[in-house]
Amino acid sequence: MHSETESLALREQFDTAAQQRDASTLGMWIFLITEVMFFGGMFLAYSIYREKFPEVFAVASTSLNVYIGAANTVVLLCSSFTMVMAVRASQLGQRGNIVFWLILTLILGFTFLGVKAYEWNEKFELHHIPGMANFHLNGVGPSMQGPASIFFSLYFAMTGLHAMHMIVGVGILSWLIYETKKGKFTAEYMTPVDISGLYWHFVDIVWIFLFPLLYLIDRHLK
Amino acid sequence: MQEHTGTNEHIDSVATYALVFLALIAATILTTAVAFVDLGPFSVVVALAIAICKMLLVVLFFMHVRHSTKLTKLVLAGGVLWFLILIGMTYTDFGSRTWMGVPGR
Repeated sequence: MHSETESLALREQFDTAAQQRDASTLGMWIFLITEVMFFGGMFLAYSIYREKFPEVFAVASTSLNVYIGAANTVVLLCSSFTMVMAVRASQLGQRGNIVFWLILTLILGFTFLGVKAYEWNEKFELHHIPGMANFHLNGVGPSMQGPASIFFSLYFAMTGLHAMHMIVGVGILSWLIYETKKGKFTAEYMTPVDISGLYWHFVDIVWIFLFPLLYLIDRHLK
Repeated sequence: MQEHTGTNEHIDSVATYALVFLALIAATILTTAVAFVDLGPFSVVVALAIAICKMLLVVLFFMHVRHSTKLTKLVLAGGVLWFLILIGMTYTDFGSRTWMGVPGR
């Protein structure tokens, strides 16, 4: 057990543990930049269609429940705090604390997904599902139902892709909890906890932008 | 530039993280409240400015970029630059399409 931890702490291609850790961090950031481009394209599509159909997008945007959106933002920010506390515990090599904070993060992640599921279900009840025959947005004329369904297509694509990242994150957290309990991570080797933290915070940042763009920016027009 | 010495360099205090967390919650409440105020076209500007501040707090503190190596910071700056090219070039295209009459359209 001990020797395995030592070999994980420094693989042979690296001179020092610090160099190995920096390489992992850099690699994770490069992956996250590809994710920025991935989500960036959707944000761009949303911005352009919003400029093309400002009135329709204002009506569609204000049909979302801003209080649920804000509450879910708070849930996700709490999960980022618990995640950073888990990373801090791993830096200090406090195994029990890592598990404690990771479980809290996991619960908050599930809470976010639960609220999201409730919101999506509401869209089905309100006939706000693009592509379905009964799609209808109140307050928008018959000729503008098409652009209205573009808003909801983008809404589902963006929040859906974000939720997919959350589901992957929840899986990563579960794996981290399992491995921490087995004693894999020490103060010398905690790279998986560290870079999983980067991933989790990135997903949080995506929501930090999704929330104002989808829920807030046309709110004053109502 | 600080040299890497031990394995446990740069451990931020719980107080630092708690303060950043409280600032993030405050910014969320602020951005929600200000959304109901009619600022005209500046609604988008204010919402994005607050979102960018929140992002910077998360990136610099929670993602430890303020303690990162120069190489990581450089790669990040490059990523931001490329993202701005994506946005800038697309907007110049969509923004200028109506400037000239295109035959056949």
